[in-house]
Amino acid sequence: MDFKELLKNVLTEQFPGGKLQFSEFTDELTVTVSRDIYVEFCAFLKTDERLAFVLLEDLTAIDWATRKSRFTVVAHVFSIANSSRLKVKAPVDDKDFSIDTVTTVWQTANWHEREVFDMYGIIFKNHPDLRRMYMPEEFAYHPLRKEFPLMGIPGSLPLPKKS
Amino acid sequence: MEKLKKEIVHPKIIQALLEQDNNLTVEDVLDNEMILNMGPQHPATHGVLRVVLRLDGETVIACVPELGYLHRGYEKMAENMGYLEYIPHTDRLDYLSPPANNVAYVLAVEKLAGIEAPKRAQYIRMIMSELARMGSHLIAIGALAMDVGALTVFLWTMREREKILNLYDVICGARFTTSYTRIGGVAQDIDSATLINIREFIDQVDENVDEIEKLLNSNRIFIERLEGVGVINAQDAIDFGLTGPSLRGSGVEFDLRRATPYMFYNEMDFKIPVYKEGDCLARYFVRADEVRESVKIVRQCLDKIPQGPVLANQPKKVMPRKVEVYTRMEELIHDFMLVNFGLNPPVGEIYHAVENSKGELGFYIVSKGEGHPWKMKIRSPSFVNLQALSKLCIGHLISDVVAIIGSLDPVMGEADK
Repeated sequence: MDFKELLKNVLTEQFPGGKLQFSEFTDELTVTVSRDIYVEFCAFLKTDERLAFVLLEDLTAIDWATRKSRFTVVAHVFSIANSSRLKVKAPVDDKDFSIDTVTTVWQTANWHEREVFDMYGIIFKNHPDLRRMYMPEEFAYHPLRKEFPLMGIPGSLPLPKKS
Repeated sequence: MEKLKKEIVHPKIIQALLEQDNNLTVEDVLDNEMILNMGPQHPATHGVLRVVLRLDGETVIACVPELGYLHRGYEKMAENMGYLEYIPHTDRLDYLSPPANNVAYVLAVEKLAGIEAPKRAQYIRMIMSELARMGSHLIAIGALAMDVGALTVFLWTMREREKILNLYDVICGARFTTSYTRIGGVAQDIDSATLINIREFIDQVDENVDEIEKLLNSNRIFIERLEGVGVINAQDAIDFGLTGPSLRGSGVEFDLRRATPYMFYNEMDFKIPVYKEGDCLARYFVRADEVRESVKIVRQCLDKIPQGPVLANQPKKVMPRKVEVYTRMEELIHDFMLVNFGLNPPVGEIYHAVENSKGELGFYIVSKGEGHPWKMKIRSPSFVNLQALSKLCIGHLISDVVAIIGSLDPVMGEADK
């Protein structure tokens, strides 16, 4: 059986009741899960022997600006045993812009989540070290949000005094 | 590395220490911790990496890498410019292997827009990627050797890389910022004389790598500085998301050229070097072996490279040549549309990753059907590999931190984006 079919079957078996939505673009499979089961779902992807998505390649977020659910967290996971990639998407709650961390599943998520926090201001609950990744700590904005202007905000970064 | 013991310090030194300050006992002196800041301007941190170390004597107990000193906001810039305009910016990500970055980016865009580059262009891209890998690995080996005190090797690897840069110069017209690929092909064809030059170059690489290895592998200082330093096992390496030589040095046979073949890597005969030890020395061995494998791939590409066009014939998506724009009406219209409204790929999102010299370089592009991406994320290998630094350094000396950074081979242009 094709791995994609197997993947879909195993996942719908484990998480029944329409909790997962599958979509496909070109040949890339995406699965959207709700925020509540996001960590549980990721842990299953990693620990299940048939799937073995042991490598978290990337974790980022998308700012949809005008959509009702504004941010979506996207994780790209890779199964070395099956040479297969999967995108996991989870919409972020609009009230407090927060989602649970997956550092408990993959340690590499640590810096990725710090970067997402820095760039989008999404809070990862239970993250061990949620600091800004690139910008200085005292910086008040989140640069990759759509409302942040490309040229930056004058005066937002302290510069050395001119002599 | 065990903590400095009272017994192994010469009694005269202890005496000297005690005489200076009578209030201090030997235990006090040896137990005191200190915080040391290394970088961002430090010759051994390969750019503007800043590492804050907590030290017990000279032993590292904790290590925190700080990034962001070269953050230029390339992801934000990508959201505000056309797909074609972004190619020169990919040069500046991993500035030791610009053609490989160009290739990675255009492959992602082509996958999104449904463009297929002609066969000759794909072969040229493979040659360029492998030349970039050789150049980058040579610098990595040389810089690592220089970090642990062997300057000669650095000069030798620079000499080899210089030849690669000269080839870039002939092929692309630039030595560093190549911007060689175009969406749907490459900027210009490689002529047969240059192909012969490339063959002449790769014919002598093996010999030179042998020489470099002879110099290093029999150097006792070099081996002792690296062996058993910065060990990471396979499971941890995967958990930390390491890719590229750092992962293969830990005994995981994972190479995207094999796992998810792109271009024509599935037709190439090459080995994936794997070492089990997981220390700095293993990572160095992997790089040296990969240079030889790249030579093999380039040689096969040169044998197999077909004749034909180097730019796809899809006028609505691929920018036409300037000669045609100035002489033909159709091409002029397409050129106008592509410049003013951009390449409008369908609504969707793709993630395409290639095996770069540092590891997996991936581009995640979300398109809303406009001329510029809605979102672009660069998955840079240096960024992810650096994360393991805080684990690798614990229990080693400060001088080993330098060796570990050298063996991970980060490029800050890529890590900071």
